[in-house]
Amino acid sequence: MKKSLLMSVLLAATLAACSNNAVKDKPAAPVVDNSTSTQSQSNAAVNAKEGASTSGADSNGASGNPLKDPNNILSKRSIYFDFDKDQVKAEYRPLVEAHAKYLVANPNAKVVLQGSADNRGSREYNLSLGQRRSVAVKKAVNVLGAQDKQIETVSYGEEKAADCKDEACYQKDRRVDIVYEND
Amino acid sequence: MFKNRLLFIFLLLLPIVGKAELTVEVVGGAAQQIPIAIVPFAPPPGSAAIQQDNVTNVISADLRMSGLFRVLETRGVATQPHTISEVKYSDWTSIQAQALTIGTVETLPGNRLKISFRLLDVLKQNQLLAMEFNITQAQQRATAHRIADMIYEKLTGEKGVFATRITYVNKENGRYSLQVADADGFNAQTVVSSKEPLISPSWSPDGTKLAYVSFEKKKPVIFVQSLVSGQRIVLANFKGNNSAPAWSPDGTKLAIVLTYSANSQIYVINSDGTGLQQVSFSNGIDTEPEWSPDGSSMYFTSNRGGGPQIYRMPASGGDAKRVTFEGSYNVSPHVSTDGKLLTFIKQTPAGFKVAVQDLATGQVQTLSDTTQDESPSFAPNGRMILYATNVGGKGTLAAVSVDGRVKQRLKDSGGDVREPSWGSAIN
Repeated sequence: MKKSLLMSVLLAATLAACSNNAVKDKPAAPVVDNSTSTQSQSNAAVNAKEGASTSGADSNGASGNPLKDPNNILSKRSIYFDFDKDQVKAEYRPLVEAHAKYLVANPNAKVVLQGSADNRGSREYNLSLGQRRSVAVKKAVNVLGAQDKQIETVSYGEEKAADCKDEACYQKDRRVDIVYEND
Repeated sequence: MFKNRLLFIFLLLLPIVGKAELTVEVVGGAAQQIPIAIVPFAPPPGSAAIQQDNVTNVISADLRMSGLFRVLETRGVATQPHTISEVKYSDWTSIQAQALTIGTVETLPGNRLKISFRLLDVLKQNQLLAMEFNITQAQQRATAHRIADMIYEKLTGEKGVFATRITYVNKENGRYSLQVADADGFNAQTVVSSKEPLISPSWSPDGTKLAYVSFEKKKPVIFVQSLVSGQRIVLANFKGNNSAPAWSPDGTKLAIVLTYSANSQIYVINSDGTGLQQVSFSNGIDTEPEWSPDGSSMYFTSNRGGGPQIYRMPASGGDAKRVTFEGSYNVSPHVSTDGKLLTFIKQTPAGFKVAVQDLATGQVQTLSDTTQDESPSFAPNGRMILYATNVGGKGTLAAVSVDGRVKQRLKDSGGDVREPSWGSAIN
């Protein structure tokens, strides 16, 4: 019962993310109407309160693991930034909230937030900028109840950046990746 | 709280000769180049023939590379003097030479060489320099660089930088290797190599050590490695990032950047990893510290005012004053050894370019014709700026003179080359 509720909530949350987040990360995302996504926000909150009861199933790595469900917003792991900026943009709120709720519901879960920058400018400045970005995401997740001990921040600066020549490519490198331990 | 761990790691990787070597190509040159003739050195009369004369080739390449000299063709000139008595000045005025270099190279017992050279003023018909070297075969290139430095200094009034070394990171086949090479790109040796990135190498003032940042522990950690023994220590491996090492001019301390307080801030640490002290305190990014030549102040990049700009503060910390004002993105400061010029990377509408600022007047000049420039550093004589850029999708080193007239490309045969830094003279 709880499980099926959880699944439907998560599915709704995923759809919400797809509609909010345009299609650039996921070209194959289905088109949905916004009434579904509005609904999902309140349901997701309910899920957070019940989270403790679902953690067992998740940590067993069963097929119901929302982290591994490609239709679940939790399978989205990247937050993108503007050039030389470390503010988390509004369009990534649902994604940040979903991961925060998962961490609250699963107190043993741990994430590394890996910050990156595009390859223009200074490597050292970009290393610091990547760090600021990962810390910005950490703060957002902390505010929603995730604990410090669950979150580690690192920066790769521009060291893992692609060999970019244009903005379409640069923007993919300005990001924070959410990497779950043992995932 | 900051307990320092000094890990002594004995590297098996003592300097080995790298495969990839850099070759220098000169684009442009000074408005007025000095025409010089260099006659290939030969054994003195009655002496045994030598295997090969690399010396004059290296001297010619050095002087040509500087952009300040026009090295004249000497084949076809009627006389080919090696000693002062053989010089017929009219042969050299007829090809418009202003200066003439001649010399001999002689094999000595014990596989040694005796090289003697003279620099002559063709117009005044007198001797400007005369010097003799007794060297091993292996010292031929180094000696040629020293001779080129002497010629350069005598004719331009500035110190030469041919007998100096550079360091850079080469990325090839998914591996990063920190290299040290002569200023002309020869004798490249691998200092350390890793599957993970290596960045920000910094020369100790005496040229015997390199500090650098390695991601080999899956996060940025600062090492200091002796170029003599290959031995290295972990200088800083604190929580978070450890990066941007810069030696103090006296070599006893380094400025480093830690994210111990979540935000990149500047600290000073002794060169053995003890005595950590925070010197910058801001709510923004403070990074890329660089000491002034007298050690009293520090230049650094900070976004405390919004975008990244270059600031200066006392080396022990305190009030920071903004130094760069043109444009919204100025990073990677490096000061000339006389303390008068600052070079940095400036974002312009045409891309990220090497710029130079006169610290007395504040006047800024953009120097490079490339668009993805990084990591500028002055040559020890302050005339050239070495930097990393991208040409045809490949990381390349380039150099530009402070007046923007002479441009060099250092071409690597293989990898992606980045993170250069120009060191002091070879001891």
